[in-house]
Amino acid sequence: MSENKKTKEREPMFSAKVLRLLKNPFNLENPITVQVLGICSALAVTVQMKPAIVMALSVTIVTAFSNLIISALRDTIPSRIRIIVQLVVVAALVIIVDQILKAYVYDVSKKLSVFVGLIITNCILMGRLEAYAMANKPWPSFVDGIGNGLGYGLILVIVAFFRELLGSGKIYGMRVIPQALYDSGYMDNGLMILPPMALITIGVIIWVQRSKTPELQEK
Amino acid sequence: MEHSNKYIFIYSIVMVVVIAVSLTVVAVQLKPAQEDNIRIEKMQNILASVNVPTAEVPKKQVIDVYHKYITNVVGVNLNGDVVEKDAEKLFAIELANEFKKPAAQQVLPVYTATLDNGDTAFIMPLRGKGLWGPVWGYISFRTDYNTVVGTMFDHKGETPGLGAEINQPFFMDPFKGKTIFDQDGKFTSIQIMKGGAPDDNPHGVDAISGGTITSKGVEKMIFDNLSNYQAYINKQKKQ
Amino acid sequence: MENLFNLFVRSIFIDNMIFAYFLGMCSYLAVSKTVKTSVGLGIAVTFVLLVTAPVNWLVDTYLLKPGALAWLSADLADLDLSYLSFMIFIAVIAAIVQLVEMVVEKFSPSLYNALGIFLPLIAVNCAILGVALFVQEREYTSIAEVTVYAGGSGIGWFLAIASLAAIREKITYSHIPKPLRGLGISFIITGLMAIAFMSFMGIKI
Repeated sequence: MSENKKTKEREPMFSAKVLRLLKNPFNLENPITVQVLGICSALAVTVQMKPAIVMALSVTIVTAFSNLIISALRDTIPSRIRIIVQLVVVAALVIIVDQILKAYVYDVSKKLSVFVGLIITNCILMGRLEAYAMANKPWPSFVDGIGNGLGYGLILVIVAFFRELLGSGKIYGMRVIPQALYDSGYMDNGLMILPPMALITIGVIIWVQRSKTPELQEK
Repeated sequence: MEHSNKYIFIYSIVMVVVIAVSLTVVAVQLKPAQEDNIRIEKMQNILASVNVPTAEVPKKQVIDVYHKYITNVVGVNLNGDVVEKDAEKLFAIELANEFKKPAAQQVLPVYTATLDNGDTAFIMPLRGKGLWGPVWGYISFRTDYNTVVGTMFDHKGETPGLGAEINQPFFMDPFKGKTIFDQDGKFTSIQIMKGGAPDDNPHGVDAISGGTITSKGVEKMIFDNLSNYQAYINKQKKQ
Repeated sequence: MENLFNLFVRSIFIDNMIFAYFLGMCSYLAVSKTVKTSVGLGIAVTFVLLVTAPVNWLVDTYLLKPGALAWLSADLADLDLSYLSFMIFIAVIAAIVQLVEMVVEKFSPSLYNALGIFLPLIAVNCAILGVALFVQEREYTSIAEVTVYAGGSGIGWFLAIASLAAIREKITYSHIPKPLRGLGISFIITGLMAIAFMSFMGIKI
């Protein structure tokens, strides 16, 4: 991939290349729908918008900072214990995030339960560390982390938006479907709250995205 | 890049030390805030069992609301004697830890609440086992130690949509007004009945369909925990 | 005994790692193109779960939990190391996977040939860490429960990946809208399978 080429000359903080790092994960290199990374830990938190947003932010922070730290250390890390070093850094960041969530947004942290811990094994992290941070300077790596975290968060929030709207008639905890509609016979779709619909929603998102950008289609 | 074993060794040690220190600092710094959250949640749970909703109350004020309603706490042992009166110590008691101790050393809290209408209610904590993990809650009685004022249940990981519903009002509300002793004063506890309880049964409520094991777990929890209080309740009734 | 059996059935069918919690999705989607490889990975995951979950449970109970160190000395009874649990769990998992790999390579080269390539993948499989964290969160009380739960979860995962692979082998011959091919249809199939698995929720146990 071209992004792995090392650039010698100094670049401005937000050169076109860095901006691309931020933008690409939203569509052409989306971690979930294109790179197929990091599906594991997150779909279960998409029943409502609020946990999904907190989860998205946590992942973004952990990805960005682990990219930054590993990239800063990349010349000192002995290659034989590379994976362990990466895991330890990631685990430490996740513990810090978990502790902060428990201290300041306790109710959300209870809803996220074990899924905060599972950020450690979120494939996005290891994927970006190996593919990008180990070969690039700290600043672009940091931006790459933010871009990927947000690209991942975008999908989470879209999924959560539809599941919360159709499943419980709310957006971000606020009722948006008017009572009159319920009175006239409308019902929340209970299936949307159940796990299978998260998978199907993502399938549909991929469908929409790939119809718009045909170069992503398989075969 | 190849590095010598010595380098790798020193590198790992430095890394472990740096990370251990930073994590400990973070954990120690945030501990008070986390413990406050847990205390506040417990207060909200206790208040919920006497039907005082606190979801809308800002976190900081929950403590004031709690002290407004909860006027007294005593700790009793299995013989029904009051052995502890320090409210702070009693509030810190977790039944899960208490049940690990020998029976003679267990101290069980009884909270006294003064309600808006001037009534007094006695609140007892509950803890048991659902299908997947622990279930817990609080149950409150009128001064006859017989009629239920309200309940509050929660769980750690019961099946969503089934057993997990024990913390929903449709399950908890029917407990109100049920009694735990029959006319002869015999302890019956409360039965959670699969397929629904008859309307005229003063000791029965509906189980959650599909959540049978969790429902049974709640039933057993109420029975076991209230059994522990029998000696105390009998003594109080005689007074 | 009855309780353990219930737990086993539930962890396979109802609280299935893939269909209910989406754990281990990365390798689930990546390695489910043929039945043969997915069976290999499924067995490897089950095996690693059976080893790591009890070990992590022991570590949690006797080292990390609040008051867990009381068996060492009474002074340590107030110590709470649970904030380290993520780190310790992942380290234990990585170490055990490494160990298993070496042991299998030494004593059973044929098994190693079948499973070997999957083992490194497993260290970062969310299902493994997920089971360790669920065990901690649900406060299982005995090692038998933990082992049964781990075994059930592993078999459930195995079942899910093997059936998806079987479907994907057939589906290559179907006409699917172009944008949906590959990843998209895999998600939708998994969703439909999850709905099918939900019918197990009605089992009265």
